[in-house]
Amino acid sequence: MTETNTEHTHTSTGTYVTIAAVLTVITLVEVGVFYVPAFESFLAPVLLTLSAAKFILVVMFYMHLKGDHPLFTVILTVPLLIAFGVAVALLFLFGVFVLGGSAV
Amino acid sequence: MSAVAHPTSTGLDNRKVAMWTFIGSECLLFGSLISTYLVYQGRSVTGPTPQEILDIPLTSISTFVLLMSSLAMVLALAAVTRGDRLWSRVWIFATAALGAVFLGFQAYEFTHFVHEGLTIKTSLFGSTFFVLTGTHGAHVAVGVLLLLTLLVRSFQGKLGSDKAMVVEITGLYWHFVDVVWIVIFTVVYLLS
Repeated sequence: MTETNTEHTHTSTGTYVTIAAVLTVITLVEVGVFYVPAFESFLAPVLLTLSAAKFILVVMFYMHLKGDHPLFTVILTVPLLIAFGVAVALLFLFGVFVLGGSAV
Repeated sequence: MSAVAHPTSTGLDNRKVAMWTFIGSECLLFGSLISTYLVYQGRSVTGPTPQEILDIPLTSISTFVLLMSSLAMVLALAAVTRGDRLWSRVWIFATAALGAVFLGFQAYEFTHFVHEGLTIKTSLFGSTFFVLTGTHGAHVAVGVLLLLTLLVRSFQGKLGSDKAMVVEITGLYWHFVDVVWIVIFTVVYLLS
């Protein structure tokens, strides 16, 4: 008998709605931060952190990775890390990032 | 597809493993497209530039629409799992409709950009922007078709709780399309 994911059957509608509300609030904060000049100097790390939080919330709760088999986490995480590594390597190769210096 | 899953060496449903593997490969596809966009960012020799043309308020609304479609998708899965045919149809339709609305926003945005003089051939920004967001839009369109297929199956009486895995797998695809947009919205629109 194959394993079936029962985690989502135990997740209440209230949890799903709460996650949606949190995602909406984070999106509003992202857009708000974008328009505030005071955040300009550290806009990128703030926005990337907020974006990562949204990504994790959707994957953990809506894609049910939180309570699912660990193999699925591995199948998603390994390509994700490779993609991230390739992106960083390309940005260095094309001079967008410079080691020990500022971005071009 | 059979209603009862066959035993597998991993103990996991093969269809679900296949979808997660597909999603893993899609991470690499979108990773390369986003990387290409970033590498060529600010290197266009002709306008319009991202700062001149991107409409953040409009895209924020379409982002909200796509996030809400993910909520509708999990509620559809919950309804199918408990055998609630009425609400499963309502939520599947809502998910497809919200996906279609997102595509409408994208069609409006693309049309507006073309009228402003930005096409896929205009500049590096135009090429990388249209390829990245266009590829994502194509994925949303495929997702909407999958959802409409589920809706038809439901009206045929062939989407009972025994088919919850089919809805879950479709949901995985839909949520992945959503998380890709979360990244695109930040990288392409907000960090432009």
